[in-house]
This record gives sequence, structure tokens and C-alpha cells, in this order.
Amino acid sequence: MTVLTYITDLYNTFFATRSRAINTVFVTVISLLALFAVPTLANEYWLQAILIPFLIFALAALGLNLLTGFAGQLSLGTGGFMAVGAYSAFKMTTAWPELDIIAVFLISGFFAAGVGILFGLPSLRIKGFYLAVATLAAQFFLIWLFNRVPWFYNDNPSGTITAPPRTFAGVMITGPEAAAEVRYLVALVLLAVFVFFSWNLMRSRFGRAWMAVRDMDVAAEIVGIPLLRTKLLAFGVSSYLCGVAGALFVFLYLGSAETIAFDVNISFLVLFMIIVGGLGSITGSIIGAAFITILPIFLTNLNPILGIDLAVDLAKHIEVIIFGGLIIVILILEPHGMARLIQVSRERLRI
Amino acid sequence: MAFRNGLRRGMSGVLAAAVVAGGLSVAATTTLTGTEAQAADEQFIPLLVYRTGPYAPNGIPAANGALDYYSLINERDGGINGVTLAFEECEYRYDTKLGVECYERLKNQGPTGASIVMPLSTGVTYQLNPRAPVDKIPVHSMGYGQTAASDGRVFPWTFTFPTTYWSQASAFIKFVGAQEGGMENLAGKTIVLVYHNSPYGKEPIPTLQVLAEKLGYTLELLPVDHPGQEQRATWLQIRKIRPDWTFLWGWGVMNQVALKEAAAIAYDMERLIGVWWSSSESDVVPAGDDAIGYRGGSFHSPGAGFPLHDEILQTLYGGDAAAAAEKNFGEVLYNRGLLSSVYTTEAIRTAQAKYGNRPLTGAEVRWGLENLDLTEERLAELGLAGFTPPVKITCEDHEGNGPVIIQQWDGQNWNIVSDWIEPMQDVVRPMIEAAAAQYAEENNITPRDCSQEM
Repeated sequence: MTVLTYITDLYNTFFATRSRAINTVFVTVISLLALFAVPTLANEYWLQAILIPFLIFALAALGLNLLTGFAGQLSLGTGGFMAVGAYSAFKMTTAWPELDIIAVFLISGFFAAGVGILFGLPSLRIKGFYLAVATLAAQFFLIWLFNRVPWFYNDNPSGTITAPPRTFAGVMITGPEAAAEVRYLVALVLLAVFVFFSWNLMRSRFGRAWMAVRDMDVAAEIVGIPLLRTKLLAFGVSSYLCGVAGALFVFLYLGSAETIAFDVNISFLVLFMIIVGGLGSITGSIIGAAFITILPIFLTNLNPILGIDLAVDLAKHIEVIIFGGLIIVILILEPHGMARLIQVSRERLRI
Repeated sequence: MAFRNGLRRGMSGVLAAAVVAGGLSVAATTTLTGTEAQAADEQFIPLLVYRTGPYAPNGIPAANGALDYYSLINERDGGINGVTLAFEECEYRYDTKLGVECYERLKNQGPTGASIVMPLSTGVTYQLNPRAPVDKIPVHSMGYGQTAASDGRVFPWTFTFPTTYWSQASAFIKFVGAQEGGMENLAGKTIVLVYHNSPYGKEPIPTLQVLAEKLGYTLELLPVDHPGQEQRATWLQIRKIRPDWTFLWGWGVMNQVALKEAAAIAYDMERLIGVWWSSSESDVVPAGDDAIGYRGGSFHSPGAGFPLHDEILQTLYGGDAAAAAEKNFGEVLYNRGLLSSVYTTEAIRTAQAKYGNRPLTGAEVRWGLENLDLTEERLAELGLAGFTPPVKITCEDHEGNGPVIIQQWDGQNWNIVSDWIEPMQDVVRPMIEAAAAQYAEENNITPRDCSQEM
């Protein structure tokens, strides 16, 4: 019970709302729904094609938001860091099949963190767009590396990595025979753990140091925040989350992947998620991930729902137009992202 | 000012709430309850297509050909033995993730669910092969996909006929050897492979490497990254290497760019050979006259000169050749889409002979695929005499021996310039079995015993 009140407490601080009772009910209901109702009610299509990628992208967006939204370091290397997580998880689980797969996911993040810290080094000298270009180099280099060195994909002739069947506590959670419900729950629990972790981290000494560096790094340095350690820690923690997300992306969602699954589009997509969702907002990462992953699928399904019989190519073009249009509309209405939109509307509605 | 600001805030909040709530509720009600009910006597076939994006030049004709044949079966015959075909296209831009999303969306439609899936993408095929035994939906990757899946003992649910990339690579080497005046003359020659840097492009490499060791030619590998619009460096390297032969393993925009770049370095088109996915009208036309002399592989004839084409023209287009040409009628990839649909419908027919004339499940269609015997006579009945060699599938062999033919572009048309080339089965088949055995070991699969199958 104390944990629940604690979560609710954090939630209250975050949303700065009026009624605690409503929030306790809200959090409890959402958690119960996500844990029990969704896996039983949602069909395989919903779990496999919508909810699992949403949870995984939410984790990646959370990782990037810690770095970009909280610590102010713009990064376009998300796809590359995710790839590090995915390939290290693959190498570990094929080299030591007896190693617990959840442990593999968690350890693979450390490899990504190491690589992230390495590519974070230039952040001490360069800022903003220039740093974005440096991290973009990381993206291209890592993808090139995983494509070029056959050791990373165990000399598979086609260069793909495949998630082998692995169990956790007797339940199959990866591989083709793992049930969608199980994979959903694993992704959900891991995301919840990392959200909880991030919330605490942001309220800790480290989180406050990141925000100080974001707001003005010279001032932060003068009040005694070590820039080197702070920035590199941000890169490390962020890449850790992205790495775990990358491992989950292959093991829980795709099943098998080639490097193209982690190309620069993924980096942009995750960046759009946090911009649309809200920079510097943990809820925003999740809302942004929901918006970017679910909306296109929703638009694709819209035509049959409305009974409009469009050619598939025309429908796709219209979908892209609507999607882009909506992003612009949201950013004009609320430059701070959807998290702020929701906060404001909650205040208006007094809930 | 404060009032206007407040108003704006308020409106934006309401708007966002409305968008989110409305979107989610509509999506939830429709997708959760499944899409509209379909008639009980329909056989559902999902069509994964890409009519947009960098691969659309190739995706469109293939999709049109496949669609036209199913429409013809419905309009002319009222379906297969009275069972109407229901089909739905899903656009995925050759993006593996979207392709899998399409598959998940369509796999439970129709009274018996999706009965077969043709991804038209090696990347998507790699995703679906492990899922096929779980979902009980057979995958037919016709001349693409995972070559190792030709071993039906390890991959009961995947079919690669009529031929595979490894067979084609060995056939190319045979063809090149013949051009050089004998296989022994390949020793000391240099062959460059320009390939799409993806599972698709990497597929032929093991075969070409094994043959390089055997025959003594040098193999140079030049990858081109997706989507392949930038190849200047690649072709400058080719100018430096001065290869005797170049194989092009591209798809989509990459093909036209490759041909233009080859022309730019004045590469001899007679020494450039494209995979069957790199030799269609949409690949050569943009390069103009520079592409004349370029050759490519295929496993069926080009052109619209077969009786089946006449029937399609009369039944679906009312004899309007211009309207048909709009839909890529008779182009190489149109014909390939057509052939894919012929294989599908013939497999369904085979399965119906065993299970009865009703909508079949994926498992039943799988039996039909495994017992498919498309003879010369049957092809003639279909109006496709001489279009493609007959094919017979067995439990062990899901590839069916796959001969390859070489066609050449003369500036107007593709013309057949070789006989049917038998691939080097003695080299390819052991490689397939070894790769399949490795896959079986990695994924804890026990290969089935084909003598127990009926």
C-alpha cells in the first residue's frame, strides 16, 4: 500500500492537481487495467502490432527524454544505441543460452551505456545542433559496424539476428512461440520499473544537476556542478534505457531484425515522440510514443471504418499528410507538447 | 490578452482531449471487435503490397499482376470451384515493421483466416518464417526470402518455389562460364556483386563464395545501403576494379540508379547481369538507351503474348489495351505477380481436391502447396504454355529444382536470350540442408521425417 501511495504522490507532484483521492483511484485503475484487463481483452493484433511497440518506443523515448529533455543534450543517435542493446543481447544469449533472458536485457543496456558515454564525450565541447551532428555520426557508424562485422550477427548469411526461444520462470517470453500477452507484460513491467526509476532520478541530486546544466551550463558549473560527470552520466543513463529498449525491440516485438530496423528513421521517430509528447516530461515521453506509434495505425484503419474505399496507395499518402498536419497543429497549439496540453486541460476541467 | 490566452488554452485542451478520446474509442470499438463480417463461402487471401515509397516502381506492377489474376478467377469462373476469392491489399512501403503489422491485421480475416501469405519482401519473409508454424499460415516466398527454408523438413510452412537466390547465383555462374567459353575459363576472372545491403542482397553471397573457391574467380562485394539512391562511390570502385562481370542484386529505386551510374562510367552493359528483381521495365526505362544490352535473370517469360493475357485483357479491361498498359499489363513484374497468384490458386485447387470445395484453412492450403504438381498440361490449360517450367513440390524439397532463364533488354522489350539453365543442385542443395540444419539447431526444431508424411 505504501508503494501505491508513493506512486500517487509522485503523480500528484507531477500533475500539480487538486484532488488526491481522484488520482489514487486513477492510478490504481490504470495499473489494474494495464496489468489484467488489457492482456485478456485485447486481441493478438492489438498486442502485437500496437501495444508492444508502443511500450518499447515509450522506453526509448523515456531514455532520449532524460538526455534531451532533462539534460539538454540533443541526440540523433537513439537508433544506434538501441542497436547496441539489441546486438549485445543477441550475442549474450547465443553465447550463454543458460543466462536468464531478463538479465540479458538488463545487462545489454550497460553495453549501450558504455557506447553512449563514449559518443557523449564531444558534448563537453559542442552543443545544440553541432552535438546532434556528432551523435548522428554515432548512429551511422554503429549501423555500419553491425552490418559490416559478421561476428555481431554470428556469421548468419543474411545478416539478420533472430531472437531464440528463451524462458523466464518457466514461461516462454521470446521466440515465435512466446504468447503476445506474455511479451506485453514483460515490456509493461520493465517500462514501469524504468519510469519509476526515472521519476526518482529526476527528483534526486543527479536529475536536478541535469536540469541545471540544461538551463545554463555555465551557471551550473559556477555553482559547483561538474559538467563532465553530469553530461556523461546523462548520456550513460539515457543510452542504457535506449539499449534495453533496443533489446526488447528485437526480442519481444520483431523476433528477428537486420540493421535497417535501427536506421536513422528510428532516431528521428523517437525525437519526434519527445517533442510532440513534451520535452522534459516523463509522462510526455509515454504520450508522445503513443501518439507516434498508434496514430498512423489508427489512420490506416480509419478508411475501412468510415466505409471509404480508397486505393491503398492514395490512403497511405493521405495518412502521411494527416499525420504531419496533426503534428504541426499540436506544436502550434502547445509548443511544450501534449503532456502540457493534457495538464492544462485537466486544470481547466478541475480534475 | 489574458482572456484570449485563456481561451486558447481552454480550446486546445478540449481539442486534445477530443482527439485522443475520439481516436481511441473508434479504434477500440472497431479493431477489438474485428472488421466487417465476410461471407462464409469465401477464401481470404491477404495481399501485402507497396505502392508508395522507394520500392514502389517495382511494387506496383507486381501487385497489379497478382490482383488481376484473382479478379479474373472471380469474374470468369466465379472463384475456385465455386469458392469466391476475397482479398485485401495492405500497403507497407517495403518496411519490414509495417509489413508485419499488415500481416497481423489481415491474418484473422475471412471465415478461415488468411490461408497463405506472399510477403514480396525478404525482410518480411524472415519475420514470418518462424511465425508460420505458430499461426498455421503457410508462407510462399516465390524467388525471394530465406533460401534455407527450401528444406521442407525444417521449414514445413515455408515454400520457396519455383527457384531461389542460391539457385540463381549458381545459374548465373553457369551462364557466365558459358559466355567465357567454358567453366574452366572463369579461373582468374573477377566478378563484382553490387547488392542491396539487407538480408535480400546478402542471400547470394555464400553461394558465390563457395563457387569462387571451386572455380577460381575473384569475388568482390560492394554493398549499397537502403534505399540505394547514392551509388557514385560504388561505381567508381567498379571502374577501378575493372571486373569481367558484374551482378546487380538491387530492388526499387536502387536498380535504375545502378543502371544510370553504370552508363555514366561507360560500363559494358553486356557484362552486367541483374537478379530477377533487377530486370523489369521500371528498372531499365529510366536509364534510356544506355540500358540496351543489359541482361537479367527470370523464371518466367516476359511480354503479354500468352492466351491468359488475352483473357485478362478481354475480361477485366474490355479489350482496352491502353487501360491495361496503365496497370503495367505484360511487364516483367506484372507477369511475376500473375505467376504468384497462379501458384496460390493452383495450391488451393490441389488442397480442395483433398478437403472439398469450401474455404480452406492455412493448414489445408499448406498441404496443397506441398503436394502441388503443376504440369506442362495444366499450364497449357491455364493459358500459360511455355510461360514457366512445370514445378513439383515434395515434403523435402520446397523449391522444386528451379531452372533460371536469362533475358535481355533491347530498348523496347525484354527478350529471352538463353535456354533454361539448371542450377548447380549438387552445390546448392547441400548448402540449403546445412543452413536449415543450423537453423533447426539454433531454434530447437526437430526436422520432421518425410517418410511419415502423407
